[in-house]
Amino acid sequence: MDTVLRIENIHKSFKAGFIPKRKKILDGISLEVNGGEIFGYLGPNGAGKTTTLKCVLGLIFPDKGKIQIFGHSNLSLQAKEKIGFLPENPYFYDYLTATEFLSFYSDLTLVKKENKQAQIENLLQLVGLNQAADLQLRKFSRGMLQRIGLAQALINDPSLVFLDEPLGGLDPLGRKEIRDVIIRLKEEGKTVFLSSHILQDIEMICDRVAILVSGKIINQGALQDLISEKVKVTEITLSGVKTEDCKDLGDCYSAQEGRIFLKVFEEEKIATVIQLVQTKKGKIHSLIPRTETLEDLFVGAVKQR
Amino acid sequence: MKIRAIALNTFKEAIRDRILYLLLFFAALCIILSRILALLTIGDRAKIIMDVGLASLSLFGVLMAILIGTGLVYKEIDKRTLYTLLAKPIQRYQFLLGKYLGLLLTLFVMLVLMTLVFLVLILLHRYPIEGAFFLAILFVFVELCLITAVALLFSCFSTPILSTLFSLSFYLIGHLSWGLETLINKLPQGGIKTLARILYLFLPNLENFNFKTEVVHHLSIPPKIFLYSSLYGIFYTVFILALAVMVFRRRDFI
Ligand SMILES: Nc1ncnc2c1ncn2[C@@H]1O[C@H](COP(=O)(O)OP(=O)(O)O)[C@@H](O)[C@H]1O
Ligand SMILES: [Mg+2]
Repeated sequence: MDTVLRIENIHKSFKAGFIPKRKKILDGISLEVNGGEIFGYLGPNGAGKTTTLKCVLGLIFPDKGKIQIFGHSNLSLQAKEKIGFLPENPYFYDYLTATEFLSFYSDLTLVKKENKQAQIENLLQLVGLNQAADLQLRKFSRGMLQRIGLAQALINDPSLVFLDEPLGGLDPLGRKEIRDVIIRLKEEGKTVFLSSHILQDIEMICDRVAILVSGKIINQGALQDLISEKVKVTEITLSGVKTEDCKDLGDCYSAQEGRIFLKVFEEEKIATVIQLVQTKKGKIHSLIPRTETLEDLFVGAVKQR
Repeated sequence: MKIRAIALNTFKEAIRDRILYLLLFFAALCIILSRILALLTIGDRAKIIMDVGLASLSLFGVLMAILIGTGLVYKEIDKRTLYTLLAKPIQRYQFLLGKYLGLLLTLFVMLVLMTLVFLVLILLHRYPIEGAFFLAILFVFVELCLITAVALLFSCFSTPILSTLFSLSFYLIGHLSWGLETLINKLPQGGIKTLARILYLFLPNLENFNFKTEVVHHLSIPPKIFLYSSLYGIFYTVFILALAVMVFRRRDFI
C-alpha cells in the first residue's frame, strides 16, 4: 500500500485577542494515510482538526512542516486535481440551483464537457438529491447542504476525499446514508480522510485513526491495535436476589421493580453471579459484556491532559 | 476557462444585488433632472445636459464599483464559500481575476443601461451626438476598471466598510490630485519640491480619464492625450491587480 497523504511535523499558531498573542493550535502533527483506507481524524472540539485540514487544502499556511499529496506538494494543481473536500457546516452560493452549482464547480476541474451532465446526475443520485436538482440552494435544509457538499467534493472523481465532520447536524437516518456513501467510496478504491468529534458513527467504518488533543496526536494506528478485545465490564440486570448478596461481586445499583443492575469487572465472577441467581430462584433479565470502545480511549486521553 | 467560470458566477451573483438597481434608479433620475435643470438656466441647454449626464454616469458607476467590489471577496470569506472553491484545482490568482472580470462585466452592463437612458434623453431633444461622447463614456469605463481593482485590493485584507472608505478616498484623491501640481510649481527649489514631485507621481490622477469638457465644448481630443490616458489606465490597473494578487496569495483563510 502506498502513502497518499503525508503530513510531516506541521506547526501552526494564530494571533488572537486585543493585544495579539500567539496561540499555538497545531504542535507538530505528523501522519500518513495509505491508499484505499478510511482514516479517522478524531478529537474533541477545538483540538485542531479543522485547522489541520485547512493546512492540507492550502487555505492556510503552516508555520513549519511539509505536506505531500500523492507525492506532490499540497499546493500544486496535480495534487488538487486528485482530491475533494467537504468543509464543516458547508455553505454555498445560495442563488444557484443544485445542478447549476455542480456545473459551475465542474468547470473548475478537468471533467470533460460531454461527461458533465451525466456525472452531475449520477452524483445527485448518489447523495439522494435527485428530487432537488432544480431547487435553489437557499431552500436547502442543513442535511441537504451536507449532501450537496459531499456531491461537490466528488465532482472531479477524486482519489482522496477529505470530509470535515461529515455526519455533523444530521439525523440518525441521514447519518446512516452518508456513512453508506463513505463505505461505497472505499469500495470504489478511494481513500477517505474524515474528521469527527463524535465517535459512535465513525469507529465502525475506520480502518485507522489518529487521536488529536490540543494540537498533538496522542495516539494513532489500526483500530484493533488501539482497542483491546478484552471484556472490560459485564453489565447484568437481575431480580429475586438481595442487594447485599451482590455487594462483593461488583458495583451494584438497585433499579426499578426490585431489579438490580450489576457491573461485574472480573470475568470469573460472572459464573458466581449466575450460580447465585439460580440458587435463589431469581431471574437474569440481561447480560451484556462491554469491550473497550474508542470512546473510552478518547475520554482517557483527554483526561490525562 | 476556469477564470471564465468564476467570472460568470460572479456576474450572476453581482447582478442580483439590489444596491445596483437603487443606484441605477438614481443615475436615471439625475440624468432626467439635468433636463429640468437645463430649463431653469440661461445658456446652452445641451451643454448642461451633457455635463450633468456624464458626471452622473461616472459618479454612479464608481459607487457601483466600490459598493459591490468591496464586498465581493469579503463575502466569499465570510460565508465560507471560498473554502471549497480554493480546494478545487485553481490558483488563487485565477480566483481573484475571475472575481474582477465578473464585476467588470456587471459594471459594463450597468454602464450600457445608464448610457441608454442618457441617449434616449438626448435623442428626444434632437441634440447632436459626436464621437467624442462615446469616447468620454469609454473612459468612464476605463476609470471603473481602475476603481474596481482598487476596491478588490482593499477587500483582500479589510472589511467592506473600511474598504469602501479607502476606495472612496482613492477616488477623491484621484480627482483632486491635479491641484497639487500648481502647488508644487509654487514651492521653492529643493528637497521638499523633489519629494512632493515623487509623491505626485504615485498619486492617482483620475482626471486623465475625464473628457467631459471636451465633449461639452465640442473640443477635439488630440490622439496623444488619448493614448496617454489609455496607457495610464492600463498600467495603473495592472499594477493594482498585481498588488491584490500578492496580498491574496499569502493570506490565511481562517
Ligand atoms: N481564527 C482563529 N483565531 C484564533 N484561534 C482560532 C481561530 N480559529 C480557530 N482557532 C482556535 O483553534 C483551535 C482549533 O480549532 P479547530 O481546528 O476549528 O478545532 P476542531 O476542528 O478540532 O474543533 C480552537 O481552540 C480554536 O479556538
Ligand atoms: Mg472542526
